[in-house]
Amino acid sequence: MPTATRTQNPAADRIEKSVELKAPISRVWRALTDHNEFGAWFRVQLDGPFRAGEVATGKVLHPGFEQLTWRAIIQAIDPEQYFAFTWHPYAVDPAVDYSSETPTLVEFHLEKSATGTLLKVTESGFSDIPDERRNEAFLRNSEGWAIQIKNIEDYVAQHP
Amino acid sequence: MSPSTPESGPRSRTARRGESTSRGRAPARASHRASSPPASARTASTFAALGDRTRLSLLSRLSRDGPWSISQLTHGSHLTRQAITKHLRVLERARIVRCVRSGRHSLFEMDPEPVHEVRDYLDRISAEWDRALARLRSFVED
Repeated sequence: MPTATRTQNPAADRIEKSVELKAPISRVWRALTDHNEFGAWFRVQLDGPFRAGEVATGKVLHPGFEQLTWRAIIQAIDPEQYFAFTWHPYAVDPAVDYSSETPTLVEFHLEKSATGTLLKVTESGFSDIPDERRNEAFLRNSEGWAIQIKNIEDYVAQHP
Repeated sequence: MSPSTPESGPRSRTARRGESTSRGRAPARASHRASSPPASARTASTFAALGDRTRLSLLSRLSRDGPWSISQLTHGSHLTRQAITKHLRVLERARIVRCVRSGRHSLFEMDPEPVHEVRDYLDRISAEWDRALARLRSFVED
């Protein structure tokens, strides 16, 4: 089914999307990891190919943000399975030095599905707390977290 | 002891960001906002403050009602007064909780704004991903 992207566990300090694509894994993989193809849909003109462990830079092509440099560190390229980079999301203010902030980790997981490819995208690390503690707080206790955040959201909704 | 009707008193909002002991100082909220760090830095500190079970449960209580004194928060909790105080200070530094004065008592209440900011920030990034993945879909399916 051509489902729209789905946000899972929206309360945690991560964003998770699942999208079912009617294209073979090899096609999706190329669109993710070939720097020209990635740039075409991500709207960035990259200076060169992605290489694991290296910095990738380019020019942002989003209308209105063309003066910005796109910058990411490629963390992993596992052919047709896993692609990951770290970057600073929403780094749209040229006057702000984002390099001192903790970067987030963007991960793409690819799986073969009945109709093509199941792509899971995760962006995590919006907090700068250590992984161990974040895992405990957000993952192992995800149920508790969900209940707590529900209370907080209820409160927030009543106090706009 | 703590006042029995904390909600009935006027909510003085003079004490913010660890200034709970500086009596009567004006909050200067506008200038604080003007010089505040970028949203992502603020949200990071909000997340860090939220990333603890004890603080979440404290905040859960403060989000239901309040303000509460440290004694009230300690009562019915398995935590010591010192532990509660420590966690409240972390929440206060992250601006999620503020200290309000009621007479000579310090009461703590939730400030929903940083939680709003976190939600807005994640919503914006989430919407960016939706748009990017829609472009990826037409890129690989066409």
